[in-house]
Amino acid sequence: MSFISYLISGLSLGSVYAIIALGYTMVYGIAKMLNFAHGDVIMIGAYVALMSMTQAGLSPVIGVLISVVVCTVLGVVIERVAYKPLRNAGSPLAVLITAIGVSYLLQNVALLIFGANAQSFPSAVKWSGITLAGGKLVISGVTIVTIVACVVIMAGLMLFIQKSKAGQAMRAVSEDKGAAQLMGINVNGTIALTFAIGSALAAIAGVLLCSAYPSLTPYTGAMPGIKAFVAAVFGGIGSIPGAFIGGILLGVIEILGRAYISSQMADAIVFAVLIIVLLVKPAGLLGKNIQEKV
Amino acid sequence: MKNMKKTTKNNLITYGIVIVAFVVVQLLIMTGNISSLLEGLMVPLCMYVILAVSLNLVVGILGELSLGHAGFMCVGAFSSAFFSLYTEDIITVAPLRFFLALLIGIITAAIFGILIGIPVLRLKGDYLAIVTLAFGEIIKNLVNVLYIGKDENGLHFSMKDAMSMNMDAATGKILINGPQGITGTPNDSTFSIGIVLVLITLFIVLNLINSRDGRAIMAIRDNRIAAESVGINITKYKLMAFSISAGMAGAAGVLYAHNLSSLTATTNNFGYNMSISILVFVVLGGIGSIRGSMIAAVILTLLPELLRGLSDYRMLIYAIVLIIMMLFNWSPKSIEWREKHLAFLKRNKEAKES
Repeated sequence: MSFISYLISGLSLGSVYAIIALGYTMVYGIAKMLNFAHGDVIMIGAYVALMSMTQAGLSPVIGVLISVVVCTVLGVVIERVAYKPLRNAGSPLAVLITAIGVSYLLQNVALLIFGANAQSFPSAVKWSGITLAGGKLVISGVTIVTIVACVVIMAGLMLFIQKSKAGQAMRAVSEDKGAAQLMGINVNGTIALTFAIGSALAAIAGVLLCSAYPSLTPYTGAMPGIKAFVAAVFGGIGSIPGAFIGGILLGVIEILGRAYISSQMADAIVFAVLIIVLLVKPAGLLGKNIQEKV
Repeated sequence: MKNMKKTTKNNLITYGIVIVAFVVVQLLIMTGNISSLLEGLMVPLCMYVILAVSLNLVVGILGELSLGHAGFMCVGAFSSAFFSLYTEDIITVAPLRFFLALLIGIITAAIFGILIGIPVLRLKGDYLAIVTLAFGEIIKNLVNVLYIGKDENGLHFSMKDAMSMNMDAATGKILINGPQGITGTPNDSTFSIGIVLVLITLFIVLNLINSRDGRAIMAIRDNRIAAESVGINITKYKLMAFSISAGMAGAAGVLYAHNLSSLTATTNNFGYNMSISILVFVVLGGIGSIRGSMIAAVILTLLPELLRGLSDYRMLIYAIVLIIMMLFNWSPKSIEWREKHLAFLKRNKEAKES
């Protein structure tokens, strides 16, 4: 029974990673940049939800909605101010460093406003969950909501990208920016939309993450951000099902490693698995391996 | 001076900057015009310069993004601190011990560079970046679960805790104590040693760049397929740049370890955060420009200290300055603006050169 309960908490953590990784991978697929500030948008989202639930006394659903709106605006503003001017810069590293700057900025703004002390996060899910097998297996409400949310988001995104007009524009921009512009696609608008979606997902991930692990500091987002980046690469960066599978696998490996091998070395195990996968499949699990031509 | 090659002249200027800076700081220290806080920052400053220059070898000259540079530094720091502590009673001459520790740190880090480089350098671009990040984190994580002690029976080793090493209680001494790291490393690093190491690093890197090997490395960066087709051994040169860079990061780690009396591996000193800070030096200073990364390392290390008066706001200002500098340096619009409005600066410079 303990194996199944570890597996379920692994799935739950993996779902959070997957939601974050979806944001990472979409932004990478379209803007071809690693948005290192993504993890900190998660943290901001969690703080906004926390404030609206505790200070303003709003219901969790409204708190989450406010947090989604704030993060969406934040994501678009960050893109406009810090990333857009560097889109055609000489080196792709330039925008990476700016993203790191934005990440420091968000952390320090949060540090000034909310302080360095960890704040306890009231679970956004009030449902206590279900008990199976005569009380031997308890699945908490947060776990179920997280897994369901992840599956719904992933399915929604797939539909959006495959079927809608805006989704088609996204695919076109990610294939070839110049050609997309010639076809009359608003490239800037499409990229902004991608950042908006990615940041909205980050807000949801932040609330779910803090509902499961209820301690919030300005640095809460950093490690899940890196793990999600790893998950995105794991599954093949730029691929949406890849990010989903990568996230889930990463969460399960982390929790099982922590439970059965060593709690201190869980992170090392996660990274070691990533290295092995990349050595066998250099473009990730579902990534396309593009052959270089002369 | 006139007959000298342009690169030689440029290199001499770089060494000159370092030596002049050293003399100025020494004078300031002697006349007591420098705060003790700033004085204590001098060894870390040398360390950051070495790290930035060595990472520039990978990012600028080899053209691969490495996010695990702090991992090599960690290897150098721990291996050398372990050596110093182990031989503290055997080798009592401090400079000799430090020299041996330095060699051990550099060699261990370089060996790790080769071991990690062989699988990593098969990958490209962002995948390579994430794998170096992963290796850096693994090194940091392993150091945190490593326990080594010595007693009269020799060395004891464990990955679990200090108790399971089964040491002799009377003579046992823990050298590496898991998350508590190494305590009691002799403080052998000085500013002068740091400057000498900086000069050696610069000498190696600048000579490498202008050598046949260096040009082969840059050819790989510019066009891998073309380089391969003219018979350049890609793996050999990539590994060469990677392991030299790792060895120099190891030297920086030795400097770091012998500057502090207790050494622990955390995210901020040997983890992802450190690797990122070094990368910031390199990119801000100009990718591929050795002198640039040197200057950026100095400015960005001093900046938070100079802003200390602003206490809570200093890291905020640091972040904003970083973003603005990046936008100003790299955005195509700002480059255009600079060319239009600051053209006179350039003209003066050109006039001087001709």
